[in-house]
Amino acid sequence: NMASGQQWVLVEMVQAFYEAPAYHLILEGILILWIIRLVFSKTYKLHETSKLTEKEKEDLIEEWQPEPLVSKDHPSLSYDVVTGPPSHKIIINGKECINFASFNFLGLLDNERVKVSALASLKKYGVGTCGPRGFYGTFDVHLELETHLAKFMKTEEAIIYSYGFATIASAIPAYSKRGDIIFVDEAACFSIQKGLQASRSLIKYFKHNDMEDLERLLKEQELEDHKNPRKARVTRKFIVVEGLYINTADICPLPKLVKLKYKYKVRIFLEESMSFGVLGEHGRGVTEHFGINIEDIDLISANMENAVASIGGFCCGRSFVIDHQRLSGQGYCFSASLPPMLAAAAIEALSIMEEDPDIFTVLREKCKHVYKALEGTPGLKLVGVPFAPALHLQLERSLGSRDADMQLLRTIVDHCLERRVALTLARYLEKDERFLPPPR
Amino acid sequence: MVFIDDLCIGVTALANETTQGRGFRRARVITLHSRRLIHVPLRIPDFVNNIIQVGGSFNCEMSSRSRLTKMTESSANKLLNGDACNRTINEKKSSKNGFVKSHCLFQQPHKYRRTVEKNQNVTPSSSLYKKPFVESFEETPLLVAVLTYMGYGILTIFGYLRDFLRHWNIEKCHVAQEREEQKDFVPLYQDFENFYTRNLYMRIRDNWNRPICSVPGAKIDLVDRVSHNYNWTFEHTGKVVKDVINLGSYNYLGFAENTGACVDASIEVTQKYGVGVGSTRCEMGNMDIHEELEQLVARFLGVESAMTFGMGFATNSMNIPVLTGKGCLILSDELNHASLVLGVRLSGSTIRVFKHNNMQSLEKMLRDAIVHGQPRTHRPWKKILIVVEGIYSMEGSIVRLPEIIALKKRYKAYLYLDEAHSIGALGPNGRGVVDYFDLDSKDVDIMMGTFTKSFGASGGYIGGKKELIDYLRHHSHSALYATSMPPPVVQQIITSMKIIMGEDGTTLGADRIRQLSENTTYFRRKLHDMGFIIYGNDHSPVVPMMLYMPAKIGAFGREMLKRNIGTVVVGFPATPIIESRARFCLSALHTREMLDTALQAISEVGELLQLKYSRHQQPHPSLEWTSEDSQLQD
Repeated sequence: NMASGQQWVLVEMVQAFYEAPAYHLILEGILILWIIRLVFSKTYKLHETSKLTEKEKEDLIEEWQPEPLVSKDHPSLSYDVVTGPPSHKIIINGKECINFASFNFLGLLDNERVKVSALASLKKYGVGTCGPRGFYGTFDVHLELETHLAKFMKTEEAIIYSYGFATIASAIPAYSKRGDIIFVDEAACFSIQKGLQASRSLIKYFKHNDMEDLERLLKEQELEDHKNPRKARVTRKFIVVEGLYINTADICPLPKLVKLKYKYKVRIFLEESMSFGVLGEHGRGVTEHFGINIEDIDLISANMENAVASIGGFCCGRSFVIDHQRLSGQGYCFSASLPPMLAAAAIEALSIMEEDPDIFTVLREKCKHVYKALEGTPGLKLVGVPFAPALHLQLERSLGSRDADMQLLRTIVDHCLERRVALTLARYLEKDERFLPPPR
Repeated sequence: MVFIDDLCIGVTALANETTQGRGFRRARVITLHSRRLIHVPLRIPDFVNNIIQVGGSFNCEMSSRSRLTKMTESSANKLLNGDACNRTINEKKSSKNGFVKSHCLFQQPHKYRRTVEKNQNVTPSSSLYKKPFVESFEETPLLVAVLTYMGYGILTIFGYLRDFLRHWNIEKCHVAQEREEQKDFVPLYQDFENFYTRNLYMRIRDNWNRPICSVPGAKIDLVDRVSHNYNWTFEHTGKVVKDVINLGSYNYLGFAENTGACVDASIEVTQKYGVGVGSTRCEMGNMDIHEELEQLVARFLGVESAMTFGMGFATNSMNIPVLTGKGCLILSDELNHASLVLGVRLSGSTIRVFKHNNMQSLEKMLRDAIVHGQPRTHRPWKKILIVVEGIYSMEGSIVRLPEIIALKKRYKAYLYLDEAHSIGALGPNGRGVVDYFDLDSKDVDIMMGTFTKSFGASGGYIGGKKELIDYLRHHSHSALYATSMPPPVVQQIITSMKIIMGEDGTTLGADRIRQLSENTTYFRRKLHDMGFIIYGNDHSPVVPMMLYMPAKIGAFGREMLKRNIGTVVVGFPATPIIESRARFCLSALHTREMLDTALQAISEVGELLQLKYSRHQQPHPSLEWTSEDSQLQD
């Protein structure tokens, strides 16, 4: 029955085919052909047209003109030339001046004892170390200097770097990684900024020395942490501040910072290049100045190029923190170690500082004296605290543009040089500074 | 005939034709890459075939002497080997691989690869080279690779076990602990971060940071130290290990000395200027001797102008960001030093990494970069900077500078050459890799180098066109923010550089350069003849010798020290995980006698630890079959 039914349908179809008008058949035929063509033809040729031919590639390569490696619109710059040692007198461009320009806070730069010690080391070890610390670049003097620094600062351990600039810039990224959060003072110096950049962490700037602003940021972060506690458990948080700011010549409110540290469980990294060997009764820096337990600061870093009058830098703190840098501090692992004679000079300088803490008092008296003398200079604003060893003079009223201000300040500096007083114009990389300090 | 289809394997077939003369062979490499459908006619004995099907990943190597060695996939695919192999196959598949030969500078087959074997094939681009460029990177034997991984496996298991014991206070824990007051802070370190340090590095830590108490010359005195708690802490015994032959310091030309012209001059300068500077170059730290040094450096390098910096590491990390920025592209060799990597990262430019010393990888990137422009926006790149090193300190390889310069000119890129290890150590006049290849230093846009190594001082320089240096004087981070170079160091460089240039009126410099070159050739040849696998260029004074297994790192260092020889051993993360190695740095001050003593000791320790891995000397007799695999020799 079923089969006969199908047959019937087939017969009907054939019948219908015969009965259909010719134009209909032709139309259907064309449609079928069209469908077959669509099925078998390549659909899009977009790929082929978007792909460049070798010729076109060649043309592109021919056409491309790179920018010049460096822009040419800068004048050739000649630095002032210093002949002879930069001690309290300095010879600049052939002219002897009183030196108010070098970071030689304790006058150890031409100290005879330091020189003798450095020379003895030079005669024993030569100049270079020819290797990083790991590969026969660790000298006994390096170990001695590290022990000495740790003892001086009353911390468990110290680690030395061969370059001051690289110290904090290497230390920050050794701990703080992508995903971590760093709270930083806006006035932080350039090497801190480079360290922050290298760490790839999330950076939050607070207004200079404004603890309320910092607390606001910390609170915000606390709320954020409550929302996402799993993430918060692995997000390290740091505050990075300077003891005595090189850019503003004022001091950080350390006691408040320590309070905030424990309240919000944030670690503090303290950069003390300007305050080490300056502040405090024994020159231990801003912790001693405020009488704060040094253990409350997670990491202290300073260079040995200012008060210590050598080269290099160091970090100190608890072994738990510091030791990590021996494998993770880039400037420590991958750089040749500090020339032993510079380490020897630093050791001697530390000994002098230990033996005669009076030099810090003398320095502070002199600072206050200069501060008083400079205060109220007409047309100039004095920036800094009275006991800061480096003070800034700013124009009271700007001339309107940064260039004009710089020009005027340069004239003042030149005028002083004429009168045999060496000052210096603070120079900044205008494009690279996060918050450009005003001309000074 | 056996057809291998779509097997996830890497097969390296190596055909050697022994030519006349000592051990020089021509090598041909073919690798079939994973998941690529290729039919390669291979005559392979059945047992090998079984291995292929069972093992899944391996390499087979054939030679005219008909030996077979298995390899791991990872080492087969590594670096240029795999790459060279790819190319060979692509070549076979005719020019379907995107490039038309005539447009590219470097597309001829069998050229830019780490040759598996010492290889003197004269390549078509040899017109660029004035002397043979011989560089060898013998492959890791399979058995060694497997054992190495097993070694790490065992160490890891024991590491976990020890951590477990420490956690339950069964084993005393020496790791410094967080303060009680800060226990509730977010931990400063992730636990796994230090696993490697705690459980692997700590076992062999005594091989690093060995304190020395003498000038780092040809022989050094080491401070004797012992550890009573398995390397957690060291105690100095007060004794000194005298006259250890120093194969570790980068004292290529021997200017780390405490007597002689250099030291005398530095003493004088210290007396005059003191030690520190106390200011930056831009402010009050620009002394007359700094200017003298910079003029000398410019003259030495044959460039218009030069600038010097107080630290070699910082020279890279603080100056690359000044030269490039957003919208620029940096092409960086994969084995570049940490300072270059940091500098490149800080610059904010786009970074692409090309395979080590592989010109095809570089050329492809250059072409692609120019053709496609910046990602997403397709704007043209502002500039393209190629960053390479002269001598790679972990590989001992020398940059293929003539080819890079040709590429750089062709594609209008800029070239940053870091000569940290090569300046002084290479070239008939000690003027680095440019001198070595007899090229014009004006073809290199940025000549960077350090004074730490050959000059026995510290710091770094950048040389180039006057406008570049003027720009740096304005914009370099170092010029504005970092203290300038201390006077005694400046003087050391001036004196040593003048000696190298022969301006002191003696032939001391020339003698040392020749001596270093002789030492290098002698030492490398001897090690090779002894059957060690050594990496790198025949002329490189940095000689890495393969140890592979983690336990041998420590053992080699200690055994050598027992024999009064100081060597550097390195492992992961400074090298790929299975390629741990010892590194010897030769110096002009090494006498033939010292080298012989050292070689004797290395050979002894090599026997003891079974380090003579090289298969060039004694082919394995048991794995032979007849060689009718001539198809592979293309």
